Amino acid sequence: MNNKMTTSKKGYYGEYGGQFIPELLMPAVNAVAEAFNHYKEDPIFKAELKNLFDNYANRPSLLYHAKNMSKDLGGAQIYFKREDLNHTGAHKINNVLGQALIAKKMGKTRLIAETGAGQHGVATATVAALFGMEAEIFMGKEDTDRQALNVYRMKLLGAKVNIVETGTQVLKDAVNATFQDWTKRIDDTFYVLGSAVGPYPFPEMVKYFQSIISEEARQQFLEQTGQLPDAVIAAVGGGSNAIGAFSKFVDDNQVKLIGVEAAGKGIHTSQTAATIANGSDGIFHSMKSKFLQSSDGQIDPVYSISAGLDYPGIGPEHAYLADIDRAQYVPITDDEAVSAFEYIARTEGIIAAIESSHAVAYAMKLAPTMQSNQQIMVNLSGRGDKDVAAIARYKGVDIHE
Amino acid sequence: MTVEKIEQVLKHGKGFIGFIVAGDPDFEKSVDYVVALAKSGADVVEIGIAFSDPSADGETIMKADLRATKAGSTTKKVFEFVANIRKRTQVPLVFLTYTNPVFKYGYDPFLAKMKQLDVQGIIMPDMPLEEQDEFVTLAEKYDRSFIQLVTLKSGERIPNIIKRASGFVYVVSSLGITGMRQKLSTDSHDLITQIKQITNVPVAIGFGISQPEQMAQFKNADAVIVGSAIVNIIEAHSYDAEEKLQNFVKSMKLAW
Repeated sequence: MNNKMTTSKKGYYGEYGGQFIPELLMPAVNAVAEAFNHYKEDPIFKAELKNLFDNYANRPSLLYHAKNMSKDLGGAQIYFKREDLNHTGAHKINNVLGQALIAKKMGKTRLIAETGAGQHGVATATVAALFGMEAEIFMGKEDTDRQALNVYRMKLLGAKVNIVETGTQVLKDAVNATFQDWTKRIDDTFYVLGSAVGPYPFPEMVKYFQSIISEEARQQFLEQTGQLPDAVIAAVGGGSNAIGAFSKFVDDNQVKLIGVEAAGKGIHTSQTAATIANGSDGIFHSMKSKFLQSSDGQIDPVYSISAGLDYPGIGPEHAYLADIDRAQYVPITDDEAVSAFEYIARTEGIIAAIESSHAVAYAMKLAPTMQSNQQIMVNLSGRGDKDVAAIARYKGVDIHE
Repeated sequence: MTVEKIEQVLKHGKGFIGFIVAGDPDFEKSVDYVVALAKSGADVVEIGIAFSDPSADGETIMKADLRATKAGSTTKKVFEFVANIRKRTQVPLVFLTYTNPVFKYGYDPFLAKMKQLDVQGIIMPDMPLEEQDEFVTLAEKYDRSFIQLVTLKSGERIPNIIKRASGFVYVVSSLGITGMRQKLSTDSHDLITQIKQITNVPVAIGFGISQPEQMAQFKNADAVIVGSAIVNIIEAHSYDAEEKLQNFVKSMKLAW
């Protein structure tokens, strides 16, 4: 099988991707593309980034054999790629360090970013503090309510947090607001996009920096077990941790790639965010991809318990991987994710992010159908401290933070 | 009676292009408002198609989109609206819409419908030069103008953009998003001069223009585009904005 990852048109994966961005931002986006393509080949840049990864972000992250869970589920051996152990507690730091370093090289002094659950905002605020740069984060009102701790964390790190009260007041609206801010102030500002979405080069750049996940994991599997995993499972909102977990396995056709979408209250309800399950082709957020939308092309309001996964679209490369059947995308409901959140805490002593718990939930379904000599990698994209209060509320327990 | 080409209408200079969101405050009343703009001297009217996520627009147009959505805006409804306008005025019309509703309808059928309804052109702010090939080829097939945008940041991209200009060139006067501005940069004056040196297609300037006093600094443009100021009048006067709209257009035309 030949998985063509490059295509004839710039920034396209099959028919998905592109640069559907207003003319006002096109020169800025092209300047980012030029800088990215230059620095990713620059040995000095690569050495600086590796140093930041290893000595600031705590890389490489562990590949951990979840023996209790594997035994309890009775089937495939489950391994966690522990991105939750990174500095700032999620995979988001990988991409932010890379993009902020490019921004610095370009002479930019101000970073702006959207955030859903707050992890990308925290990572951006963190790196801005480290690099001595100004940071402004845009976050939907609903998300600032359900992730109040991360809002305070960003402020503590010296970032300005702008609460977005337009539209549905969640992640997609935060992306809109961040692009709007960029059009107002282009010269000194770099938009650190956190997900594998938006105009080229962002999906490609986010993949490049997040690929460290699968680059390490592939080697760790070979060293620790002598074989590649049979399946790699990762949660997908926009798709940054998933594309990072998939990318170095894409050419290994025997490795199944499984993206887990947030089904919310279920894919047969309107309260869902499962784009591959329910979406159709469209052009939004500067890219051609799949979106949850009306037959008229109006973007649907979406829902998930997870503030990091309730996005009405998906990165263009995921739309492509789904199209060519290289990756499979499955829905997991709020209830299933919350059960997994509790299960992994009890069996492995790990409190995983509610986003990552969607991936854990699917592993719980898949593992028992496999043999004990087979292996599953679950990307634990983030830690769940931020979710504890919200999950307690979901379970009817009243906690004051 | 046939509709004149946009280039013809704007070639005499001192043109005025007004903007209305289809269905604001409802689909009946906004037909009256388009007719009012045309009667009071608007040379071209831009018809906005409401979108769920108007990311290049400021609060004024966002709110208008919400009013139109509440009034039941759909692509089909917008086409009916234009058919009703055409029963009463032959003013040249252009659509202003984000790409997705057009993509969803299908580029070819959408352009065919534009031709049928005598809508001369279309502005899609999120379809830059890099992504236009397919649409522009189809627009030519249906003899519709794809309106090109040029901004203060376009720089070396300008010649390639202008090569494809049709109808008019939309010069974006300032950075940021749509909305009224107290002060406008004079940089766009030079930009207009630069564009006029390389094309005969009329040049219109928009973004932030709301007062007769601002017209003087754009004397070298063939037309001004006014959006948010018109939408604000509709917001303030809802179903009773006709006279206010006419007075406004007249005062702007007089200030040229």
